[in-house]
Amino acid sequence: MKWALASFVIGLGALGLPGAARAESLIASVSSHQIQISSNYTGDQVTVFGLIERDGKTTGRGDPYDLVVTVRGPQRMLLVRQKERLGPIWINRTQRRFPDSSVFLTVASNRPLREIISPDSARRDRIGLMNAQRVSDVMPESYPDMDRFREAMVRLLDDKGLYSEEERGVTFLSPTLFSAPINVPATAPTGPYEVEVLLYAGGVQLARQTTNFEVIKTGIEQGLASGAHDRPLLYGLATATLALLFGWMASVVFRRD
Amino acid sequence: MQIYLPIAELPISILMVLGLSGAVGFISGLFGVGGGFLLTPLLIFLDIPPAVAVATVAAQVAGSSMTGVLTYWRRRALDFKLGSVLVSGGIIGTILGVLFFNSMRRLGQLELVITLSYVTLFTFIGGLMLYDALRAALRVRAGKPVRRRRRAGTHPWWMGLPLRVRFYHSQLYASVIPIAILAVVIGFIGAVLGVGGGFILVPALIYFFRIPPAVVVGTSLFQILVTMTGATLLHAVTNQSVDMILAVLLLLGGVIGAQFGGRAARNLNVDSFRLLLALLILSVGLRFAIELLIPPSEPFSVVLPESAR
Repeated sequence: MKWALASFVIGLGALGLPGAARAESLIASVSSHQIQISSNYTGDQVTVFGLIERDGKTTGRGDPYDLVVTVRGPQRMLLVRQKERLGPIWINRTQRRFPDSSVFLTVASNRPLREIISPDSARRDRIGLMNAQRVSDVMPESYPDMDRFREAMVRLLDDKGLYSEEERGVTFLSPTLFSAPINVPATAPTGPYEVEVLLYAGGVQLARQTTNFEVIKTGIEQGLASGAHDRPLLYGLATATLALLFGWMASVVFRRD
Repeated sequence: MQIYLPIAELPISILMVLGLSGAVGFISGLFGVGGGFLLTPLLIFLDIPPAVAVATVAAQVAGSSMTGVLTYWRRRALDFKLGSVLVSGGIIGTILGVLFFNSMRRLGQLELVITLSYVTLFTFIGGLMLYDALRAALRVRAGKPVRRRRRAGTHPWWMGLPLRVRFYHSQLYASVIPIAILAVVIGFIGAVLGVGGGFILVPALIYFFRIPPAVVVGTSLFQILVTMTGATLLHAVTNQSVDMILAVLLLLGGVIGAQFGGRAARNLNVDSFRLLLALLILSVGLRFAIELLIPPSEPFSVVLPESAR
C-alpha cells in the first residue's frame, strides 16, 4: 500500500513536471507582414524570428529546445487524380478531393522532425507535410486510399516548390533567440499565410505562438486583377480592342504593297 | 527578364513568351490557321492555368488574324460572302458545342472527350491530308500530269444541292447547305476543344469545295477573327480568365510572326503547303496519342479547380 502510494506520488510528480515547465513562453514575429506583388515579382522571403522567454521559476532543462515553424498558405480545394489503364489507353479515373488544403506549406525546424517528436505527437500536433493539413478527421469523402493520394499531392506540390520541409530551416542565434527564413515562391497564391511556431524540449510541447503575413498584388497587377473581376465586360472589351489594334498596327507597320 | 502575370498569377520570361508566340504566329500566318491548337498546349506546359491559357490565346488569335485579314483583304484574297456564311453557321455550332461541353462536364468525362477528339481528329485529318499530298507529289515526280482539280461540268454531288450561290472570290458556285453544315461542325468542335477550327476549315474548303488556297486562308482568318473576338469577350465576362499582360506579350510575338508567315506563304507552292500543313496537324495528333498510350511516369496530378483561382 505504502509502495503504491509512493508510486502514485512519483507519477503525479512526473505528470506535474511538464505543467510546471510551461514557464517558457514564445515571442514570434515576421520580418514583413505583407508581400507585395508588382510586375517584377519573382518570389520573396519572409523571416520568422522570435525569442524563447523563461521566467525565474523555469527549472534547468536537460533537453535542448527544439522549434518547429509551420507556414500554411491560403486554403483551396485541391483535386488529386490518378491515371489508370482502360483498355489500351491511360486516362484519369480516380480522383480524391482535399477541401481546405493549403496551397503553400513550409515546415521548418532546427533539426529533423523525427528527432524532435514521435510520429504520434507529430500527427496530434499537426507537424510535418503529411500532418499539417489534417484539419479534422471528418472528411466529406473518405476512402481507404486517401493517404496514397495525399502522399502524391505532397510530392507533386513539393516538386513545384509550394511544399517544403526544411530540416535545418530554424537557426538559433543564441540559446533563446531564433530565426527561420521562409521562401515564398512566385507561384504561391495571394491571400493570408498563417505562421505557427511550436517550442519543444525532449519531445514535449512547451509553448505555441502564431503570427501571420499576407501576399497581395499591388500597382498595375492589382489594377488589372481587380479590373478583370469588377468590370469584366469593360476589361474584355479593352483586351479585344487592344488585340485588334495590335493586329491593325502590325499590318500598317509591315505593309509593303 | 521576368514579368508577373496578374491573372495567371505567376512570373514568366518575356523572351520565352515572345519567341514562342512568334513561332506560332509564323505558322498561323503561313497556313491561315489560328494557331490556338499549338499555343494553348504550350502555355499549359509552362504552368499557366488551362482556363487562362485558353481565354488569353483567344485574344491573341483575334489580334493575329486581324493582321492576316487586312493583308489578304488588300490582296483581294478574301471572300466576305463565304465568310459570313461560315460565321453564321459557326455561331449555331458554337452554341451546340457549349451545351455538349457542359453536359460532358456534368458527367465528369470532359477531359477524356477532349483528348480523344484531339487524337482522332488530328490524326485522321492530318493522315488524310498527308496521304493526298504525298500522292500528288509522287505523281509529279513520276512525270504524270497532276490530276486537274477543276474540270468543267464536273463537281462533287454536295455542291449541286439546292440553294446554290455564286461566290465570286472563291471561284465557287455551290449549294450553301454543305457549307453551312461544315460551319456548324467547325463551330461545335471549336467550342468543345477551345480552338478556332481553322485547321479543319482550311483543308475542308480546299478538299471538299476546291477553293483556291489563297482565298481559303483569307476567308478562314476572317471567320477566326469574328469567333475569337467573341470568345475573348465571353471568357472575360464569364470566367475573368483573360490575362491582359500575357495577351499583349503573345500579340507582340504573334503579329510579327504572322507577318513573316504571310510573306512566306506567297513563295510556297500548293503541294508543299499541303504537305507541311498535313505534317503539322498529324504531329499534334500523334503527340496526344502518345500521351494516351504510353504508361505515365507520374500517374498522379494535382488540380486546382478553376473556380478556386
